[in-house]
Amino acid sequence: MDYLGDIQAFLPGVITALAGLIVIVIESLKKDSSATFWVTVLSLVAALFFSIQSLGTGLDTAFSGMLVHGGAVAFGNVIIVVATLFCVFISEDYLKGINHYYGETYALILFATTGMMCLAGSNDLITLFIGLETMSICLYVMAGLIKDEKSGAEAALKYFLLGAFSTGFLLYGMALIYGATGTTNISAIGAAASTDLLFLAGAALLLVGFLFKVSAVPFHMWTPDVYQGTPTTLTAYFATASKAATFVALIMVLSRALPVMEGLNWQMVFSVIAILTMVFGNIIALVQDNLKRMLAYSSIAHAGYALVGLAAGTPEGYSAVLFYMFAYTIMNIGAFGVIAYYERNKGMDFSEVQNLAGLGFKKPVMGIALSIFLFSLAGIPPLVGFAGKYYVFAAAINAEMVTLAVIGVLASAASVYYYLRVMVYLYFREEHKPVELFNPTLLYKGTIIILAILTLYYGIEPILPASGLMELLNSYGNLGAVTNVLIP
Amino acid sequence: MLEIDWFLAVSAVMFTIGIIGVLIRRNAIVIFMCVELMLNAVNLSLVSFASYHGNIDGQILVFFALAVAAAEAVVGLAIIIAIYRNNLSVDVSKINLLRW
Repeated sequence: MDYLGDIQAFLPGVITALAGLIVIVIESLKKDSSATFWVTVLSLVAALFFSIQSLGTGLDTAFSGMLVHGGAVAFGNVIIVVATLFCVFISEDYLKGINHYYGETYALILFATTGMMCLAGSNDLITLFIGLETMSICLYVMAGLIKDEKSGAEAALKYFLLGAFSTGFLLYGMALIYGATGTTNISAIGAAASTDLLFLAGAALLLVGFLFKVSAVPFHMWTPDVYQGTPTTLTAYFATASKAATFVALIMVLSRALPVMEGLNWQMVFSVIAILTMVFGNIIALVQDNLKRMLAYSSIAHAGYALVGLAAGTPEGYSAVLFYMFAYTIMNIGAFGVIAYYERNKGMDFSEVQNLAGLGFKKPVMGIALSIFLFSLAGIPPLVGFAGKYYVFAAAINAEMVTLAVIGVLASAASVYYYLRVMVYLYFREEHKPVELFNPTLLYKGTIIILAILTLYYGIEPILPASGLMELLNSYGNLGAVTNVLIP
Repeated sequence: MLEIDWFLAVSAVMFTIGIIGVLIRRNAIVIFMCVELMLNAVNLSLVSFASYHGNIDGQILVFFALAVAAAEAVVGLAIIIAIYRNNLSVDVSKINLLRW
């Protein structure tokens, strides 16, 4: 047994877990010290460094086959850590501003991040379950952070009850798959997969649990309520990091444990769910006046676009989903960040879209940044959202799913309405009454500007710094080779 | 020695009772108890499958499921207390601030 090698393989997760413990100790010794923030940031930077370092390596297993690392998983870790880092940057200022600054929040974020990395890199149903639950339980607590307000407690209760309910299905699915195959190892499950009823029922229940976590229709009911009731910067964390981790895990399970067999077509199932998710998410978002609810329905729609890539079921489709999650992460954190800024100004409820009237010119940096993020979410070139959508739909067309891609493009066209509506209010309406907007801190402003630059940069040059998209495809080629060995 | 089918049947029945309870009950604590019932029904399935296959993977998963259920209970009851302090009720049909 090579313990040191194993720990090195899961180093980003180990770092964040240890940092979480340190944050708890610091917080218990000295309340609200700024040390918690810096420990969190330092550990995340270290985790990002090690994740980027392992980008080039091929997919390999660690901890006696319980975890996989390298390749696509390393890229998933990069997305998770980047999302966490940016959310921590904007949360520091925001949570202080709304008088709900607790050092423990950072510990929860770090533990949730550890869970996400465990989830993304799981190669066994046991690690999958532990990762998913470590993440979810921390998120339940964060949803209820503003516990003395009715909406905060309500969001936490809804998230918790529905989340625990879906965990029941997920676990039952795992039990049935284990019963059918006699193993909990994901690669071994793929080799022993059959079309008997026990295995199919197990796989279906497992997928229900996953689809709940990525808020695909018809398992999306919790999303708008939870996103609205949670502090805005933490909503950004829920919407990006946890979704990215779940999609990476879903890719790993789909590509290795649930092979395409005769009389069974997972692609078909995912196409139907992707269509439902895209159409439903976009249509309901059209009528939302609350910005956070609108972004919640838009995040449902975006999960639908990513499911298109899964439905394609090719290595190209899977890499497209990974890039899509990266694109979605940077533009969505940016959009939530700017909304969190407007929301903190007193005088009006700035999470209602009508109240944003005429604010675009007051703080030009924030207005322009929000426009960039919303254009990118709408999928307008040359921003990163367009590149992400292009790869996903191209993968669907190459997999001969033209109908799916056409419906996706149409749904995406409808989404332009509600994104542009925000900008119409920002720039083309007179303000209701004169309001003074406060100046954001340098860190906050810097984070938003960096996110806007990244949105622009990866839209023009959709190639990742340490590893190009082609190399990413190749790392999927390695994954495909593993699959081919297991499934003749 | 009983056949494995009997254990699986009990587990499936318990799981179904849990689902029905979650769907029809209105008290947050009772809903939470029904979720726990679902998790424990799964544990029964896992243990019987482990004994059927003759390996211990399933039993290890049961240990983790128990630990997770305990952690969930801690967080869940705390959230229910927060709800009670705000609404003086844990009736989920009265918790309807956020909709559409």
